[in-house]
Amino acid sequence: MSNPIIEILRVGKRYRIGAQREKYESLRDVLAKKLSRAGRRNRENLREFWAIRDVSFQVHEGEALGIIGKNGAGKSTLLKVLSRITPPTEGRIIMRGRVGSLLEVGTGFHPELSGRENVYLNGAILGMTRREVTRKFDEIVAFAECERFLDTPVKRYSSGMYVRLAFAVAAHLEPEILIVDEVLAVGDAEFQRKCLGKMGDAAKNGRTVIFVSHNMSAVMQLCSMCVRLSQGSVAEVGPAADVVRGYLGAVQGTTYLNEGTSTESAYIRRAHIVEPISGHLEYGKPLVIEAEVHSRVTTRLALEVSIRDERFHPIIFLPGGLRFGQYVDIEPTAPQRLICRIPILPLATGNYSVDLILGDGTRAFDNQYSALAFDVVTSDPGGTGRSFTQAGGQGCVHLPAEFTSHHLATGAQNK
Amino acid sequence: MPSSPSRIFKQRANHGEFLFNVLLRHGPIHDCGHGTRQADKVATTRFPIQAMSTQAHVEYEIKAPRSAISVDWRELWRYRDLFLVMSWRDLSVRYKQTVLGLLWVVFQPLLTTVIFTVIFGRLAKIPTSGDAAEASRVPYPVFVLIGLVCWQFYAGSVVKASDSMVQNAQVIQKVYFPRLIIPGSMMISGLVDMVVVSVTLGILMGCYGFVPHFVSIAVVPISVITLLLTTIGQGLLCAAINVRYRDVKYALPFIIQTMMYVTPVIYPASLLNGHPLLKDLMIWLNPIAGTITNTRTSLVGNGRVDWSMMAISVLMSLVYAAIGVIYFRRTERHFADIV
Repeated sequence: MSNPIIEILRVGKRYRIGAQREKYESLRDVLAKKLSRAGRRNRENLREFWAIRDVSFQVHEGEALGIIGKNGAGKSTLLKVLSRITPPTEGRIIMRGRVGSLLEVGTGFHPELSGRENVYLNGAILGMTRREVTRKFDEIVAFAECERFLDTPVKRYSSGMYVRLAFAVAAHLEPEILIVDEVLAVGDAEFQRKCLGKMGDAAKNGRTVIFVSHNMSAVMQLCSMCVRLSQGSVAEVGPAADVVRGYLGAVQGTTYLNEGTSTESAYIRRAHIVEPISGHLEYGKPLVIEAEVHSRVTTRLALEVSIRDERFHPIIFLPGGLRFGQYVDIEPTAPQRLICRIPILPLATGNYSVDLILGDGTRAFDNQYSALAFDVVTSDPGGTGRSFTQAGGQGCVHLPAEFTSHHLATGAQNK
Repeated sequence: MPSSPSRIFKQRANHGEFLFNVLLRHGPIHDCGHGTRQADKVATTRFPIQAMSTQAHVEYEIKAPRSAISVDWRELWRYRDLFLVMSWRDLSVRYKQTVLGLLWVVFQPLLTTVIFTVIFGRLAKIPTSGDAAEASRVPYPVFVLIGLVCWQFYAGSVVKASDSMVQNAQVIQKVYFPRLIIPGSMMISGLVDMVVVSVTLGILMGCYGFVPHFVSIAVVPISVITLLLTTIGQGLLCAAINVRYRDVKYALPFIIQTMMYVTPVIYPASLLNGHPLLKDLMIWLNPIAGTITNTRTSLVGNGRVDWSMMAISVLMSLVYAAIGVIYFRRTERHFADIV
């Protein structure tokens, strides 16, 4: 077993809040501060805060590690420390490989320079040698699809072209350790897929990838391991699926119970899957969900159900109010039981989770992500023995549809 | 572990990166555990990190900074491509979308020469030397252009370098590289300007029929080095201070303008011969003064170079360079946080 390629040992980074808020201080301020320093000292200590503290974990070679956490959990700071942009205040990090960090696409792009020149400039800034850029130049241009505009200054580019070119350069960076911030996921959906695909390739080719994101499905797709940061320290390390589930606050199972800590005016007290009671669904069989709803005010609301696949992509949304008009008048004294019955649920085999939302059509009272979970155990719609799985990638929802065929010449329908 | 070296090797080789692959992957990454190779030892240095090896394998440690004053030459060498590209960027961007382009480099000092010749040479009748015979031999335009070549490089580079870190704040906050590259590359474009203007100076000297004294073979290179060291030192100092205190940006143009009058650009240093204290102060504090004076003596003067003045200039330029580099290196690690 070789040493981990990245070792992070009790790393902390302290900022002075004052220094951050005032964009810069002038000499006069400093002189004034020096003069009145004695009285100020205590207060200044209070204005320090640790963006990250006591963070330790390891990354092994060829691993793709996701870093997740709420805003302000310290993800960006950790990335900056790992990329050597800012030094840690304490602790140490051992890196055993060339690091390339992509905290932004198009860093250092100069508007006056042509596309061709910017490829070289950006490549050099990201740490590529000129030889490397020259070797990959054609590939980069092909990826960006901008051959025709290579000699146009990038200030004349459309924003889409600009981003494509910028990402193309970044995508061809081949360090041993790649550090990627989610800001990379810019541009349209198609382009984002291309980005993720490219990063997936990097991971598959044995490169070590550290990926920060709010996009849980991207993390699940890309990463094998995951670190969850909370308030500047490591809350959880483990296989990506487990950590993501933990992050989404999932109480995985057929029942959900809220112990009454909710401060919302209306909330789901408990919920369960009543059919199938085991939580193992057969293809095309009904799914029934029951939720006990309490309210502190008199209001009108509806239950909304959303089903997510294994990667936490929402695939089905059933807004009880908006779509089905099933609003309920509820009073503080009279809790209600709301039931959602899906008579036929033709899903591919795999795990699914259910979000339960209480809304009145304009706002959500209670929003429970992954409150319930179930899995589909058989999926053999044709009875042919060929099963459809989520992992198969052909979509997981099978809608009723009618297929017919006609003779082109006669227009007669085949029987 | 999902990636065995052989697998990576195969995949990379498929992409026609055989040589690259061997270089990059044949390092001791995979047998770090044996602890026998040199690169297996972790370099324990301050931030920014000391790379432990050649291109084959990089291993380093990121730590809380302690005082660091040395320059990591090996790291700078590894980033030489970035330095070249950044220098080239500054050069190529400057005269984009201009009609005259590179001619601007020549126009500015030439126009200044004409104006200074009229005002200081003709109207104010400033002599070109304390020695009357010398003064009548050296015409004012040549005299002032030599001063301007040196001065404009110095002034231009210090001003540009001082603002360079702020100009590149975006990059500094997103990517790591030795920060010295930014002000350093700014000076390259100034240097190119100086070479272009020097050619103009040569032509002007030719028109007046001057042949440089043979001593200039020694004096000119020393002058250029002195000039470079002073400029780098003061440029880095201003750049580093400007990251924290933007006052520099406003104070500097004023200071530079004032300094031109306490530098013998438009008058000979010998004008101060009656005020020995002032002259000493100027020569000690301002290496540019000695540089310009001696360059003139060697190029168009009688070749009687004031070697002690020269020595003071070289010494002080080294002091400035050291101060600049040390201060820059000590503060650069926090640039991303405060810029």
